[in-house]
Amino acid sequence: MNARCEYLLRLGDDALILGQQLGLWTGHGPVLEEDIALTNIGLDQIGQARAWLTLAGRFEGKGRDEDQLAYFRSPAEFRNAQLCERPNGHFGDTIARQFLFDAYATELHAGLCQSEDSDIAAIARKSAKESAYHFRHSRAWMIRLGDGTEESHHRIQQSLNEILPYAGDLFHTDAVAASAASEGWGIDPSSLRDPWNSHVEEMLKESGLMRPESTSERTGGRIGQHGEQLSQLLEEMQVLPRTYPKAEW
Amino acid sequence: MRSPNDWVSLLETVPDPEIPVLNVVEMGIVRSVECPGNSIIIKITPTYMGCPAMDAIADDIQAKLGPIAMEESKTLRVELVYSPAWTTDWLDDAAKAKLEKYGIAPPVKTSDKRALQGEPSEIHCPHCKSKDTRLVSLFGSTACKAHYQCNSCSEPFDYFKCI
Ligand SMILES: [Zn+2]
Repeated sequence: MNARCEYLLRLGDDALILGQQLGLWTGHGPVLEEDIALTNIGLDQIGQARAWLTLAGRFEGKGRDEDQLAYFRSPAEFRNAQLCERPNGHFGDTIARQFLFDAYATELHAGLCQSEDSDIAAIARKSAKESAYHFRHSRAWMIRLGDGTEESHHRIQQSLNEILPYAGDLFHTDAVAASAASEGWGIDPSSLRDPWNSHVEEMLKESGLMRPESTSERTGGRIGQHGEQLSQLLEEMQVLPRTYPKAEW
Repeated sequence: MRSPNDWVSLLETVPDPEIPVLNVVEMGIVRSVECPGNSIIIKITPTYMGCPAMDAIADDIQAKLGPIAMEESKTLRVELVYSPAWTTDWLDDAAKAKLEKYGIAPPVKTSDKRALQGEPSEIHCPHCKSKDTRLVSLFGSTACKAHYQCNSCSEPFDYFKCI
């Protein structure tokens, strides 16, 4: 498989899996406004996933479109960061996951606007506006919960402690990432770690939250290593098109 | 035979499915119309990547303009493009006035980074025109709107997000 296809699958799968997870909040938000917010963000993610996966399919050159890539790959073929497949948990868990992702996505999309591939740059410019808006939302909630009551502070700190090690995949570098940077159509994700860290530090300062001490990072999502959560998620997401492959709606 | 401009005039009869007070041209969704050979190619761009109305918009355009193209023995195709990225700057003053009359506060242009980082400066209540309003949620009834409430008349209202 060529590097550009592989790279685009990573971008697309992150957005797809996170979007699917956020969609699960429909009707379950803690308040109506947040129910709407989380599902709106999910919708943006799905929209971005469609664009990235369509492009991935074109570079793959086997005639697979966004739907075939989303619905007819097995868990081991998914390239999403493990962060994205972590369970929704409670509202704070979802917000902590979203904050870490949004802080990364704003930097990623801003960087990809400079891509020498005009399709990648076009999708990035569109996504950059959306991810910056998402970031504003998740950041505000991290601060509100961290700087809130004793209970909210304690719980969001727990959420952050649990999710932080899973950010490792976001900055994972390998031959694909190296080609992306050297050939000018993508960026090496390891270069996003410093700007991402600044966002995290700023948030910690404003929210009064602490960076957890032990953060031995987990990686493997980019080479198809996933938790059981992803299998369950895909099973639900894929059941209809797999049962009725020719179905249209 | 119709010129690209004639086709734009026809597109002005296709309303935005979510904000029917504006048509797809006023919304800035229609980016170009080309008429090479026997085809008419209409390029549209989404307001938001996940905007569920895009398919409906393409279908509406096809349903309304497709038969007219057939009369000229031409085929009409609607294509989706992402570049340049849609921006609320493409809504002109007339479109903004229509939005406000419809009960949606139009986007307020903020030249600095505040639009993305913090609150947009001043959102007027579309009902009583009061400047004393508050943000309820960054997200509203559709992808392109945020949710506000007026402190003067207490009415909730949609604000068209500035992007
Ligand atoms: Zn009012």
